[in-house]
Amino acid sequence: MKKIKFLLFGLFCSFVAHTQDYFPKNDGVKTKASNYTAISNAKIFITPNSVIENGTLLIKDGIVVKSGADIEIPENTEVIDIKGNSIYPSFIDLYSTFGVDKPKRESSGNSPQYGPSREGFYWNDHIRPEQNALTAFKFDKKTAKSMLEQGFGVVNTHIEDGIVRGNGALIALDINGSDAKRILSGRSAQYISFSKSVKSQQSYPTSIMGAMALLRQLYQDADWYKKENRTTIDRSIDAFNNNSDLVQIMAAGSRVNALRADAVGDQFGVQYIILGGGDEYERISTIKNTNAAFIIPVNFPKPYDVENSFLANKLELESMKEWNQRPTNPKILNDNDVPFALTTHGLKSVSEFKNHVKNAIEHGWSARKALEALTTVPAQLLNNNKIGNLKNGSYANFTITSGEFFDSDTSIFEHWIRGSRTIFKEFNQKDLNGSYTFNLDKQKYKLDISGKRGNHKTKLKSDSLNLSCSIKQNQDWVHLLFTTKDTVNQQFMRFSAKLDSNTPDLSGTVNFFDGTIKKLTLIKSSSKNITKAKKDKKEAEAKTVLAVSYPNGAYGSLQLPEPETILFQNATVWTNESEGILQNTDVLVKDGKIVEIGRNLKSRKARIIDATGKHLTSGIVDEHSHIAAASINEAGQNSSAEVSIEDVVDADDVNIYRNLSGGVTTIQILHGSANPIGGRSALIKLKWGESAQNLLYKNAPKFIKFALGENVKQSNWGSYSRFPQTRMGVEQMYIDYFSRAKAYDLKKKSGQAFRVDTEMEVLAEILNKERFISCHSYVQSEINMLMKVAEKFDFNINTFTHILEGYKVADKMKTHGVGASTFSDWWAYKYEVNDAIPYNAAILNAVGVVTAINSDDAEMSRRLNQEAAKAVKYGGASEEDAWKMVTLNPAKLLHIDDKVGSIKIGKDADLVLWNEHPLSVYAKAEQTIIEGTVYFDIERDQQLRKSIQKERNILIQMMLKEKNKGMKTQAVKVETKQDMHCDTLDHDQI
Amino acid sequence: MRIFKIPIITILAVCFTLNAQQTPAKKQMKTIAISGATAHLGNGSLIKNSLVVFDNGTIRYVGKMDASKLNSEIEIIDAKGKHVYPGFIIPNSTLGLIEIDAVRASDDDEEIGTWNPHIRSIIAYNTESKVVETMRPNGVLMAQISPRGGRISGTSSVVQLDAWNWEDAVVKIDDGIHMNWPNTFSRGRWWMGEEPGLNINKKYADELQELNVYFNNAKVHNFKASPGLNLPFEAMKGVFLGHQTLFIHVDDEKGIIDAINFTKQHKIEKVVLVGAYEAYKQTELIKENDVSVLLRRVHSRPNKSDEDYDLPFKLAKKLVDAGVTVALEASGDMERMNSRNLPFYAGTTVAYGLDKEQALQLITLNAAKILGIDAQYGSLETGKSATLFISQGDALDMRTNQLVHAFIDGRNISLESHQTKLWKRYTEKYEGQ
Repeated sequence: MKKIKFLLFGLFCSFVAHTQDYFPKNDGVKTKASNYTAISNAKIFITPNSVIENGTLLIKDGIVVKSGADIEIPENTEVIDIKGNSIYPSFIDLYSTFGVDKPKRESSGNSPQYGPSREGFYWNDHIRPEQNALTAFKFDKKTAKSMLEQGFGVVNTHIEDGIVRGNGALIALDINGSDAKRILSGRSAQYISFSKSVKSQQSYPTSIMGAMALLRQLYQDADWYKKENRTTIDRSIDAFNNNSDLVQIMAAGSRVNALRADAVGDQFGVQYIILGGGDEYERISTIKNTNAAFIIPVNFPKPYDVENSFLANKLELESMKEWNQRPTNPKILNDNDVPFALTTHGLKSVSEFKNHVKNAIEHGWSARKALEALTTVPAQLLNNNKIGNLKNGSYANFTITSGEFFDSDTSIFEHWIRGSRTIFKEFNQKDLNGSYTFNLDKQKYKLDISGKRGNHKTKLKSDSLNLSCSIKQNQDWVHLLFTTKDTVNQQFMRFSAKLDSNTPDLSGTVNFFDGTIKKLTLIKSSSKNITKAKKDKKEAEAKTVLAVSYPNGAYGSLQLPEPETILFQNATVWTNESEGILQNTDVLVKDGKIVEIGRNLKSRKARIIDATGKHLTSGIVDEHSHIAAASINEAGQNSSAEVSIEDVVDADDVNIYRNLSGGVTTIQILHGSANPIGGRSALIKLKWGESAQNLLYKNAPKFIKFALGENVKQSNWGSYSRFPQTRMGVEQMYIDYFSRAKAYDLKKKSGQAFRVDTEMEVLAEILNKERFISCHSYVQSEINMLMKVAEKFDFNINTFTHILEGYKVADKMKTHGVGASTFSDWWAYKYEVNDAIPYNAAILNAVGVVTAINSDDAEMSRRLNQEAAKAVKYGGASEEDAWKMVTLNPAKLLHIDDKVGSIKIGKDADLVLWNEHPLSVYAKAEQTIIEGTVYFDIERDQQLRKSIQKERNILIQMMLKEKNKGMKTQAVKVETKQDMHCDTLDHDQI
Repeated sequence: MRIFKIPIITILAVCFTLNAQQTPAKKQMKTIAISGATAHLGNGSLIKNSLVVFDNGTIRYVGKMDASKLNSEIEIIDAKGKHVYPGFIIPNSTLGLIEIDAVRASDDDEEIGTWNPHIRSIIAYNTESKVVETMRPNGVLMAQISPRGGRISGTSSVVQLDAWNWEDAVVKIDDGIHMNWPNTFSRGRWWMGEEPGLNINKKYADELQELNVYFNNAKVHNFKASPGLNLPFEAMKGVFLGHQTLFIHVDDEKGIIDAINFTKQHKIEKVVLVGAYEAYKQTELIKENDVSVLLRRVHSRPNKSDEDYDLPFKLAKKLVDAGVTVALEASGDMERMNSRNLPFYAGTTVAYGLDKEQALQLITLNAAKILGIDAQYGSLETGKSATLFISQGDALDMRTNQLVHAFIDGRNISLESHQTKLWKRYTEKYEGQ
């Protein structure tokens, strides 16, 4: 338990009525307080931008009556002269769980739970709009005190549990009063997040994209419920619709999730106020484009302890940069006119708050803006004009400080909430620090007092002899205990003095060891403050902040690369067209396209690349990838057509860069194989450095992942309760879903009213041949089955991916018209791949199935040229055919072969320059170009390596310096990104 | 894509009756000469237009083409334009210990417990594994079969990959003890409220101390006539006597330094680092102490975002340049089926700096030296075993790695497998359509 550093005057403020007028009173007579209080001689911040110098604040019944430099004060006024100190409106924290315990996690059963555990509520337990913060609210005095001490007077609290969390309550932190006055509003905002409730074990959603889909469906369902006559009750939807008039606060918690949240809100015309993550500065323009207001945490990381160089080597540049750059986040948000409020959310202890804000100010943020972010901005976001300011009629919520709020040596003296006063430190109290002299028994003594109140340090000397001495301050009394100078027979003396602010000296009595009591005055000779001088020096130091790169970690660029006009001369060109492989050929790239192929081409503007002895190919297309995504599987249901990987593209995954180094330019990020009907794909180009949105293909053909076999049956993990558990069940599940989708589509097309169901919409797209299936598949029986199901519903399967037994049904696949995207040589990892053979691709290709070789693996994807070469080794495919398996054929399967996949005039200039025959194990990609922009260059890579090292060195030096200064550090830790495969579930529980 | 990672007990009865493995080849009866090929000796040199003669399983001549060495009794294989290599060796492998990862009943690679030096891989090695037979068509003819898990995993043995049973397969029995060095970092168990990601392993010093105590006790037990039976301690004896090699699986720089100091302190003669990702930072120490390295799978990604994208590709070059004896291993995800890509791991090191003959050494003679079988295997030299193969082209490049013949101890082994049979069966099916 920390020492309580402030004084608490429980019933000091007699004018505060603690009970309502209409309450009967049996313990005395009814009294009515009707006096005014005036706080005079103050610098009053009515708002951060409206300041009254030397003014008076007049309040009554907890409300500001008037303020001004020269105002008339009624006679029945208690006047408090604060002698030139400052008054600030209390701060507001919009994202708080004050007084509301986090619900306890339900113990998990043996088997996953797929259905809801509640009746009469929404079908998903994680949607809890019916929750009301007040039902769980219990005023927490201890936390309130620490909040008050940091300047916070009002918090918006809520039950931090579930995807929809219900309405929050606005609470005034009056530690003296009762809830009757503390609760400013019981319906202050609706809280939403992407995190599941701990009160239910219901599986869905298991991923962030699932949470997004669920939220979208809720909006659709709520709308339908509102419009239609209904026969059942859904208390969740009722509450959700009721709460729609409230401010909607979305706990996104990070830059990338903020964008995801905003996309969901925009779709339904809701503008969320978004809880950020402190990393918004990394791509500030995307944040600005949301047009959202933010709630921003200030939990800036501590420097890492990098003294041990072995450990320091494990630390990523990205983490070090976070430490270095995060304190600039508020300034950068302000510079870009993003409206935001600050929160204490994320701090280990509320008491760190002021220091963090100070740190942000030292990093160039304006103190005035900081005040705005704590007062007027949050008040405005809540549409509440009675808080966050001291205008007439507003709540009398304010702090009294010795000066500028965030200055190091500013003290907070008092915090008033609705007129109720908490004193931390008397503002007229004298500063004890300094040097004193006194004489005792003809001996001269010199006493130095330093340090903070409650924690004073002393140094007592007589002549040059150090004497032991301790000090204790007890409210306005100070007590000293010290020894005499006699070293042989040491005796203890006690001195007590009542503090008197009219004199710098300390006058009191001294108790001698023999019982004698004498008067004694310690005369103050100087009041220099050693610690203060030190701090000033620290503040003067300029902050070194490394520039943000895109992405803001290893191998990012300060400036994004631009498209160029490039002329490749004298290359061996693998066209993938009827021209085949052209020797000594030039290729001209302009405006992102291939514009000329031939010999002796000329272009004045072009940058010439001598490709003599080198091979130029189109960029590699990976039909099956799981890099660059924040989640891969929505495994909470057997169908998840409603989710989309497009929602969770991770543009900062270093695997993008590594794939470029292997000549990959386009990938399909597929949903995983956790369920028969998976989620929708994202088709992206690996434009390293761009935002997730800019990676996505424009007007991309639509794809969805399906899956068959052991994974969807959940054969290799501990679930026995989800249908289907057999291949037989998988077929029936498809027939059921497609039948329902057909009926849905018919109803929709008939013009009847219908409940919008995203899952059915997506399946109807398949039936209408607007969306293509890429299906994870292994054994021949199920491959055959799915083709038959598709034929029954009059559409075709587009691609079988993995398709390791494709060679057994190649003829049937050809007849159906489905393509194959397979591994070169993987097998034996589970029972259903026992008959997988590396000759698969060559056989399929020979039979006439469009055949691609894919990775499904972040390592293999950077060597797909080698994997293609295995089709030559196993089964004797021609080299040109083998090369097409990682370029043109996957482009065909993805319906983008009109743009990429070959070197042809008019196609996108997605090109790779190889030092060798591209199918050779000895080949290296030297340049990888997308739409005429060089995204990987083996020479530039060398420079990037150097700059990574340089930045690491700078940051390590800086952190060592911090440690040396005595700053607290954190132990080295390594954030590990998960390797994604088909079967990967989200790392973090959502 | 692999299987879901949550293990369960599978009661699936797996039936392996479809195709048994190829019949092991008979003993060499006739002298064989391979003429006209480019011979890659495995020791760094190469002979164009060569002649390799072997009988009774042993190489009798390796050199320039010399017609005087031939006679009508000799079976001559005309290999003009082709390449002959010593059989590739895959160390630190679990071939034959697991058939199908996801089928628990077929998994035999990892015993429970922490201190398992007495656990011997060889007796579980399944010569009939369908995975093993797929090694041979790519030139991988020998393997060190190593157990996994625990602090001390157990005892490995070296085998050749064409045998009736494990006794038949043994090339060197119980060649070494495998030990997993304590990690300097440990993964936070977020479900137990720990920080996710990698955090400093606070137990490192304790774990190191446990190792010291264990080794000291093992020594006392073996050399101070301690009474009573102690199978694990007794299994350690060979390591202390220098008969067996101590294979220490360790990746990080500090671990490598600590491990080498540990072996010095315990006077262990034969030490090999396995994995050894950061060995390139301590090559002097490694060389000074006569330690060799089984380098982790070349086809892997850097451990950190900050590292060079091609670091795993060029680690071999860094170590070779520094004079360290290094061979390649392939443990990790899908290691068994991927072991047939061993030649291409070596090929990739060529793209990143080594020359082809140096790269070949990493999977032939260096591996043989590290496993202590170089007197008999690992290179094409007179007097050594005729464990070799003929490829149509460069065997380190997948386009040209096409085996026409392979021999183990002179036995002309089958290059067929379950997979080639299926290939032929279905090719015939479609040709008939």
